[in-house]
Amino acid sequence: MKREHKTARDLDKKQKAAVASVVVLLGFGLGFGAAHLLKGYIAYWEIVSGPFLLSLRVTLAAGVIAGTTGVASGYVLAKGRFPGRDLLETIGSLPIILPPTVVGYYLLEVLSPGTRTGGFLTRVTGHVFVYNAWGCTIAATVAAYPFCLRAARTAIEGVDPLLEQAARTMGLPNWRVALQVTLPLARRGIAAGLTIGCARALGEYGATLMVGGDINGKTRTLSLAVLDSFTTSERDTMLLILVLMAVIAMTGVGLLGRSRA
Amino acid sequence: MTPALELAVARRIGEFELDVAFTVEPGMSVLFGPSGAGKSLTLALIAGLMRPDAGTIAINGQVVTDCASRTYVTTQKRRIGMVFQDGLLLPHRSALDNVALAVRQANGRRARRAIARSWLERVGAEGLADRRPGSLSGGQRQRVALARGLAGEPTLVLLDEPLSALDSAVRRELRKLIRGVIISSGVPALLVTHDAEEAEELGDVVIVYDHGRVTGTQLVERPARPEPPQRAPESTGPV
Repeated sequence: MKREHKTARDLDKKQKAAVASVVVLLGFGLGFGAAHLLKGYIAYWEIVSGPFLLSLRVTLAAGVIAGTTGVASGYVLAKGRFPGRDLLETIGSLPIILPPTVVGYYLLEVLSPGTRTGGFLTRVTGHVFVYNAWGCTIAATVAAYPFCLRAARTAIEGVDPLLEQAARTMGLPNWRVALQVTLPLARRGIAAGLTIGCARALGEYGATLMVGGDINGKTRTLSLAVLDSFTTSERDTMLLILVLMAVIAMTGVGLLGRSRA
Repeated sequence: MTPALELAVARRIGEFELDVAFTVEPGMSVLFGPSGAGKSLTLALIAGLMRPDAGTIAINGQVVTDCASRTYVTTQKRRIGMVFQDGLLLPHRSALDNVALAVRQANGRRARRAIARSWLERVGAEGLADRRPGSLSGGQRQRVALARGLAGEPTLVLLDEPLSALDSAVRRELRKLIRGVIISSGVPALLVTHDAEEAEELGDVVIVYDHGRVTGTQLVERPARPEPPQRAPESTGPV
């Protein structure tokens, strides 16, 4: 036992990240494997796999978009010297405060082709952003964004400004100070926010229901499918699969967050 | 010959008022005075980390601060090197990367790292290249910080009490190293200290500060030949 403990402690961060990645891949692999094994016995695989894969895609996309925009706006709020910074953060944090259905309602007002802004967006981009995977992704992104924003701002404000000053005396332009000093030093806090944001995106329900519409095979995410399974006759079996998949996915998100920290 | 630094500035912070004027010639100059005399504030003004209320600063003949014409050259464009009291090495980078980041005169990571490695050798820290600052002793960190301060071919290097956080044995050793490396590099230097012995040992000129004013300037007589840089007896040792 002592030897094992020493080995685990000696692993450096890259090795830990590699181990975590392997565990996540194994987790997903086992999940799919178990589901495939059950395929012959349970007719629900076809129903379950769609929501599972859609949830993974939506969570990944939401994590990338909310992570990027959250860190960028967190940096501006932490470093900018302009009035109304706290007000902007409060506005950015509204999705945490408001009930998800209210957020969904506002998103529908903004994105629906029947509204002024939604019609404009549809004409400009040629895409409809509601009742499809776009809608699910936007709802998940909006849910994840405040966590990324708040964590990034706090982490960036916590970086010792003297280290940034030292970097400037070395001739590094401000954008390199941000990328090579500030963000790497704030990475733990940013990773924590990203992890919580991804978990929130994965579990998003209310806004996704309103903007995505819970269309079977098209916009039914894992969270929506869990509730839907209550209405089926063999709900216990299906619920078990869904819950297992959710646990695997959330464990993966958690492990990824830990490996980045 | 153009002075390395010409400065005449005033700055008030609360009750404290700094009002100083002096020039720094090539070689090594020392700002000496008690704590709270305004020495580090002067360095911050020269580096562009703070702005004076009034006055001008010229580095190597180029005006970098002129309050009358609202000229403020950014810290990055002043081409200075700086060695801080506790090193202020970037904790997430190796010693070599810390120095390489300061190399301005080469393009490409490999070229910058080669220059950085040569500077680590000059300060006797080549064995520390792959180590993170957190695993270095105070003396080792200051060796790396000195290499970083000089690696970018600055027109002026500023040293803000680089030895004050070290014990006396390490200080004595690093004094010789600092003077030797800086004199051999040919980069004019301005060092801040409140230690009289250190001021005399390191400086060609000692500018005496008290309560935000220059109260005297003293030339230090030295032998013609500068001492060669002293290497650490063991690069991975405790120094």
